[in-house]
Amino acid sequence: MDTLVEISRMQFAFTALVHFVFVPLTLGLSFLLVIMETVYVITGNEIYRSMTQFWGKLFGINFAMGVATGLTMEFQFGTNWAYYSHYVGDIFGVPLAIEGMMAFFLESTFVGLFFVGWKRLTKYQHLLVTFLVALGSNMSALWILIANGWMQNPVGAAFNAETMRMELTSFSDLLFNPVAQSKFVHTVSAGYVTGSVFVLAISAWYLLKGRHIEFAKRSFAIAAGFGLAGIASAIVLGDESGYTIGDVQKAKMAAIEAEWETQPAPASFTLIGLPDQDAMQTRYAIQVPYALGLIATRSIDKPVEGLKEIITHNEARIKDGIIAYGALQQMHKGQKDAATIGLLKAHEENLGYALLLRKYTPNVVDATDAQIHEAAMHSVPRVAPLFFTFRIMVATGFMLLLLFVLSAWAVYKNNFMDKPWLLKMAMWSLPLPWIAAELGWFVAEYGRQPWTISGILPTWLSTSSLTAGSVTASFIAFVLFYSALSIAEMYLMIKYARKGPALLNAH
Amino acid sequence: MFDYETLKLIWWALVGVLLIGFALTDGFDLGVGALLRIVGKNDDERRVIINCVGPTWDGNQVWLILGAGAVFAAWPVVYAVSFSVLYPAMLAALFALFFRPTGFEYRSKLTSLQWRGFWDWALTAGGALPAIVFGAAFGLMLTGIPFHFDAEMRVVMDGGILDTLSPFAILAGLVSLAMLMMHGAAFLNVKTRAAVQTQARQALRFTAIAFIVLFALAGYWVIYHLQGYHVATIGNMNAGLAPTDKHVVMAVGAWMQNFYDMPWMWIAPAMGFVGALAAIVLPALPVTAFLATGISVTGVVLTAGFALFPFMLPSSSMADHSLTVWDSSSSEHSLWLMVIAAVIFVPLILAYTTWVYRVLRGPVLVEDVRRDEYGMY
Repeated sequence: MDTLVEISRMQFAFTALVHFVFVPLTLGLSFLLVIMETVYVITGNEIYRSMTQFWGKLFGINFAMGVATGLTMEFQFGTNWAYYSHYVGDIFGVPLAIEGMMAFFLESTFVGLFFVGWKRLTKYQHLLVTFLVALGSNMSALWILIANGWMQNPVGAAFNAETMRMELTSFSDLLFNPVAQSKFVHTVSAGYVTGSVFVLAISAWYLLKGRHIEFAKRSFAIAAGFGLAGIASAIVLGDESGYTIGDVQKAKMAAIEAEWETQPAPASFTLIGLPDQDAMQTRYAIQVPYALGLIATRSIDKPVEGLKEIITHNEARIKDGIIAYGALQQMHKGQKDAATIGLLKAHEENLGYALLLRKYTPNVVDATDAQIHEAAMHSVPRVAPLFFTFRIMVATGFMLLLLFVLSAWAVYKNNFMDKPWLLKMAMWSLPLPWIAAELGWFVAEYGRQPWTISGILPTWLSTSSLTAGSVTASFIAFVLFYSALSIAEMYLMIKYARKGPALLNAH
Repeated sequence: MFDYETLKLIWWALVGVLLIGFALTDGFDLGVGALLRIVGKNDDERRVIINCVGPTWDGNQVWLILGAGAVFAAWPVVYAVSFSVLYPAMLAALFALFFRPTGFEYRSKLTSLQWRGFWDWALTAGGALPAIVFGAAFGLMLTGIPFHFDAEMRVVMDGGILDTLSPFAILAGLVSLAMLMMHGAAFLNVKTRAAVQTQARQALRFTAIAFIVLFALAGYWVIYHLQGYHVATIGNMNAGLAPTDKHVVMAVGAWMQNFYDMPWMWIAPAMGFVGALAAIVLPALPVTAFLATGISVTGVVLTAGFALFPFMLPSSSMADHSLTVWDSSSSEHSLWLMVIAAVIFVPLILAYTTWVYRVLRGPVLVEDVRRDEYGMY
C-alpha cells in the first residue's frame, strides 16, 4: 500500500509538472498575441500581423503539448485516485465540468481558426478569435484553480454518512474561496511572465545576431511592458496572502518559514538556514526581525503559529475525530439512532484527522497513544524541501523583476539596442520563469501533505485499488512518452525560432 | 422545480447528449485518423485529409473531455470505478490520444518523409485505438466488470486486469471502430474532391458493410447469449443512495427488457442500421450520406444507453453493487448547479461551433495544401 501511494504520487507529480511546462506559456503568449494583433488592427502596420503569426506559430507548437498532457490530468483522477474521486467528486467535479463548458470549449474551438482563419475572416473577426482563445485559456486556469484552491482550503462542503462522501453545500463559498482567488491571480501572472520572457529572450537573441531587427525590437518592447506588469502582480499579489486562511495552509506556511515554535508577534523571518525535522529546529539560521509577522499576518500584533503547536492541536483533533469515526462505524452496522448520528455530527469536523490513522492501523477506534502521536507528528509537511524550494522560487522571481525593470526602462529610453549586456541577460533568463513556476507548484502541493484535501482526506487513502506494479509500468510509460514528445516539441520549437519570421514568406 | 429523481434522469440524458456529441464530432476525427493511411495514398492526399479535420478536431475533442468531466461531476463513483478498474485500457487510449494534438500540429512542420511517415502511423493509432477502447468500454458496461465496494466505499477489483478483456468487449470495440471509420469516410466524402473523394467513397461502402455485420452480430449476442442485469429491489430513488443497498438479478437476454417494455426504443437500433444502409446507397450525395452516418452513430449510442438503463456500470462479481442512475449520482445540489451551467453554456457552444464550421466550409483541395505551405496543417 505504501509503495502504491508513493508511486501514484510520483506519477501525478511528474505528469502535473510536465503539463505545467506548457500551460504558463499558453496563458501568457495568448495575451501577447492579442496585444500584437490589436496593434495591427489599430495601426494597420503589417509587421504586427507578422509578429502575431510568427509568435502564433510557436504558440501552436507549445499548445499541442499542453492539450496532450492536460488530458492526462483529467484521466488520472479516475485512473489513479479513485477513492479521491468518489470521496470529493461531488464538489471537485463541478468546477472541472464548468471549466469544460465555459473555457476549454472556447479555447479549443477557436484555436484552429486562429491558425487557418487569416484569409477567411475580417481583421476584426480574427482579432476576436485570438481574444477568445486567450480568454478561454485564462478562464480555464480560473476553474482549475478553484478546484485546486478547494483542495487547499475546502469550504462549502459537508460529509454525508449515507453516501460516505463529501457533498457540496455552498457553490458561492467554493467560487469565492479566498485561497482560490489569490492562487488564480498568482498563477496567471506567472503565466504572463513566462510568455513575456519567452518573447523577450528570443527577440534579444535576434537583436544580438542582428537579424529581423524591426520585428525583434517591437516584440521586445511589448514583452518588456507586459512582463513588468506580470511580475509585479505575481510578486505583490503572491499567494502567500492565502496562507493565513485554513489550518493546513497555516501548517504549510510554518513549514516554508521553518517556524518550529510560535514566536511572540511580530515573528522574525528566517532568511536562510538548515532545517532539521527530527530535532525540530533550524541550524545556522539568519533571521530578519519582525519580517515574518508582517508578511504573513499583515500586522504587528498577530502571532504566527509554529509547527510544534500545530502538531499538538492536530493530536487533539485526531482524538476527537476517532469519536466521529466510531459513530460512523456504528451507523454502517445499522445503528442509525439519533444519538449516534448526533455524535457523528458533533465531531464530524475532525473525521478527516481520524482518517490519518488509517496509515498506522487498520482499526482506527482502537488506535494506541503511540499511533496517534505518530500520525500527529506526520500531520505537517516536511520542512526542508519546502524551505529551500520556496526561497529559490522567490529569488527567481526577484531576478525576473530586475530583468523586467531594466528592460522596460531601456524600452522607455529607447536604448536597449545599445545594451548588449541587457540583451544577453534577457536571453539567458529564458529558463527562469519555468523554474519559478515548477517550484511554485511543488510548494503548493507538497506543502499540503499529508492531505489531498486539507483536513478531510489523507493522501494515503486517496488512491485507486491498483497494484504497485501496474502503476510502476504506467509511470515508466509516461516518462518515455513525455520525453519523446517533449524532444519532438523542443526540436520544432528551436528550429522554428531559429528560422525566425522569415518562415512566414516561405511557400 | 424538479425532484432529485428527475434530476438524476436529466443527468443521464445530458451525459447521453455529451456522448452523442463526442461520437458525432470527434467520432469522425477518430475515424479520419484511422483512415489516414488507407484513403490517403501519397503525402499530398494525406495533407488534404489532415486539413479536413486539422482546424476543428481540437474543439471536437472537448466533447470527450467534457463528457468525462460531466461523469466525474454527476456520477463520481462511476468515474472512479470505470477509470480505475479499466486502468490498462484507459491508459492505452490516453497514450494513443497524445498522438493527435502533436500529430496534427507537428506532422507537416518538417518536410522529411520519415518524420511525416512516423506521424501518419501515430495519427492512425491515435484514431483507431481510442475508437476501439471506447467501444470496448461500452461492451464492458454490458457484460459488467468485476468489482465490489468495502465498508469505506473503496472499490475492490475482483480478479486481474485481463479478466476484463472479454470476447464481447472486443466485438464492441470493433463495432465502434467500423462505425467511426464509416462516419469519418462520410466526412471526407463531404470535404474532399477528386481522387481522395473516390477513395473515401470506397472506404465508406466497405466500413458501412462491416459495421452492419458487426452491429447485427453484437445484437444477436446480447439477445441470445449475454447475461443482462435487472434491478429487483432498490430504496427510495428520490433520496441520496449508496450503490450497495439494492438487489440485482442476472439473466440471459435481460438487456432486452426495456425494448419489450417500451417498444418505441426499437427506433434506436433501427437508426443504427438504416443510417448505415443509406450511406452505402447514397455516397454520391455527400451531405446526405454524412447525415445518414450521423443518424447511425446516434442510434448506436442510444441503443447501448436504452439497453443498459438504469445501469451505468454493472458488477459481474457482486451484482448488488452495480452502479445505476439512481444510486451513483452526485448530490441534488451539485446536479442542479450543473443543469444550470449546461443550460447556459451548451447552446452557446453549439452556436459558436456552428459559426466556426461555417467559416471553414467548402472542400480542401490538393492545390490548396500545395499552394499554402504556411497556413495549413
